[in-house]
Amino acid sequence: MTEIDKNLLKEISEEEAKNASAYNIRKNGKCLDRKVSDYINIVPKEDGKGIDVYVKENTLFGIVHIPVIITESGLTDIVYNDFHIGKNANVIIFAGCGVHNDGNKEARHDGIHRFYLAENAKVKYAEKHYGEGNNGKKVLNPVTEIIMQKSSRMDMTSLQLKGVDDTNRITKATLYEGATLIVNEKILTNNTQKAKTTFEVELKGDNSSTKVTSRSVATENSYQEFISKVVGKTKCYGHVSCDAIIKDEGMIKAVPEIFAKDTDANLIHEAAIGKIAGEQLLKLMTLGLSEAEAEKVIIDGFLR
Amino acid sequence: MLELKNINFSRDGKKILDNVNLKLDLKKFYVVTGPNGSGKSTLAKIIMGILKPDSGVIIFNGENITDKSINERAKMGIGYAFQTPALFKGITVYDLLVLAANKKLTKVETCDYLSKVGLCANEYLNREISNNLSGGELKRIEIASVLAKKNILRIFDEPEAGIDLWSFHNLAQVFKTLTKEEGITLIISHQERILNMADEIILINKGKIKKIGQKDEVMSDIFKGNLLKGVKICDRNR
Ligand SMILES: Nc1ncnc2c1ncn2[C@@H]1O[C@H](COP(=O)(O)OP(=O)(O)OP(=O)(O)O)[C@@H](O)[C@H]1O
Ligand SMILES: [Mg+2]
Repeated sequence: MTEIDKNLLKEISEEEAKNASAYNIRKNGKCLDRKVSDYINIVPKEDGKGIDVYVKENTLFGIVHIPVIITESGLTDIVYNDFHIGKNANVIIFAGCGVHNDGNKEARHDGIHRFYLAENAKVKYAEKHYGEGNNGKKVLNPVTEIIMQKSSRMDMTSLQLKGVDDTNRITKATLYEGATLIVNEKILTNNTQKAKTTFEVELKGDNSSTKVTSRSVATENSYQEFISKVVGKTKCYGHVSCDAIIKDEGMIKAVPEIFAKDTDANLIHEAAIGKIAGEQLLKLMTLGLSEAEAEKVIIDGFLR
Repeated sequence: MLELKNINFSRDGKKILDNVNLKLDLKKFYVVTGPNGSGKSTLAKIIMGILKPDSGVIIFNGENITDKSINERAKMGIGYAFQTPALFKGITVYDLLVLAANKKLTKVETCDYLSKVGLCANEYLNREISNNLSGGELKRIEIASVLAKKNILRIFDEPEAGIDLWSFHNLAQVFKTLTKEEGITLIISHQERILNMADEIILINKGKIKKIGQKDEVMSDIFKGNLLKGVKICDRNR
């Protein structure tokens, strides 16, 4: 592993990922290293374009780490990773993609992650996206598809704070009886970066619920789009909130859609976009911070 | 120590501060009082640099600070606890105290600041400064942030608002002790207990300083009705 590789991994990995009981590190479309455990198996797909992760029923606890790094300019890496989470299993999954592109061509990673949560399974899923390097575009298009059986629960956090020029992220979920999906997304864009996020959640089973929270900051000439569609087909609860800060010439468009198909569906959407509140800046400046320092503290806090 | 000379401030054709002259000395405890809308908060904001006067001069510590920014004044030792504290997202009580102190704080230090305002550090340090806190809690944290910062001049804008009397009694003692030790305390208040503690009371009405003096003289002015004379509640002909 080169220094660049190590740094990319550091940028996209949580501290906890070091304790992974199973991992698969992918670099420039090839597997760099893999480890499995008694409870968590990782099987490469035959065409080499992805892996199947199997977590055994009743696994009490396990950490899975599946980072992807790209350092080759001009490479388009498309990968299908499927996660089969057994009944009552409880796991933490860390994913993420780091791109270092010093060449002139675009480097792109499309990660399609499909999650199948069996009854009562619990997953904490965290992904981080990061880009660095000077010339070529860094493009990341993560797709997450989640099928949640009875009483399963998934907590997903998605973080993109730096260096990704273009991203189109799609998250789709179908929830059956009593399933719960919590999503927290944080995005910071600058320069001329573009980020588009789409959430489509279908609440199919009685007492299923979802809470999607997006916090985003668009600075300089960047542009973001946030689209959410929550459909409630039964007695269910859905809450989507999009909270965004715009700065400089940054632009953000939020398109909420909630569709209740049952009188017992309880769906809420909140969206707020605005610049940094003046009173927040003033307060921090009275503590001795310059305006720029105050802005940084406010944005870092907002995206924490 | 702090001197305001001929400060004027108008907005929308209305004189909010009208030729204000004021001198504050070290180790003194000042209370500014006056009716709602008389210009008290505006005066405080002009001292802090949040508002710029249309004319006049501000001298602090021998230096003309009229054109200095908020953060420059903050660094020189002026602190202001807002009448309405700002709300944040993702910034905790601990974060704010650290920003105020401008250094990492130990548990003991943070506990010290928070207990002065009647809060238990264990329960509050990791709370976000947002609407999840009650009005009184926000107010106390706002005061703690000014206590945590190294200040020569501390301004508190109606610190009693939203704080129960029992806790406020302790807080008043904190202010008093602090002033004896160092610096200047300027409190905007309507509270009799605070007025009683003042070395000097500054009475403001309609943007003018009406009187500076001991409690008895100033109070008699208020109760003689001089203050509110000529104030129309509602002019039907307008
Ligand atoms: N930016 C502004 N534009 C116009 N009018 C203003 C502005 N700021 C303050 N005022 C007015 O100036 C007057 C003084 O306001 P200020 O907040 O200083 O009063 P105060 O004495 O602190 O009152 P209170 O006791 O209610 O806090 C009020 O009439 C207020 O409406
Ligand atoms: Mg006021």
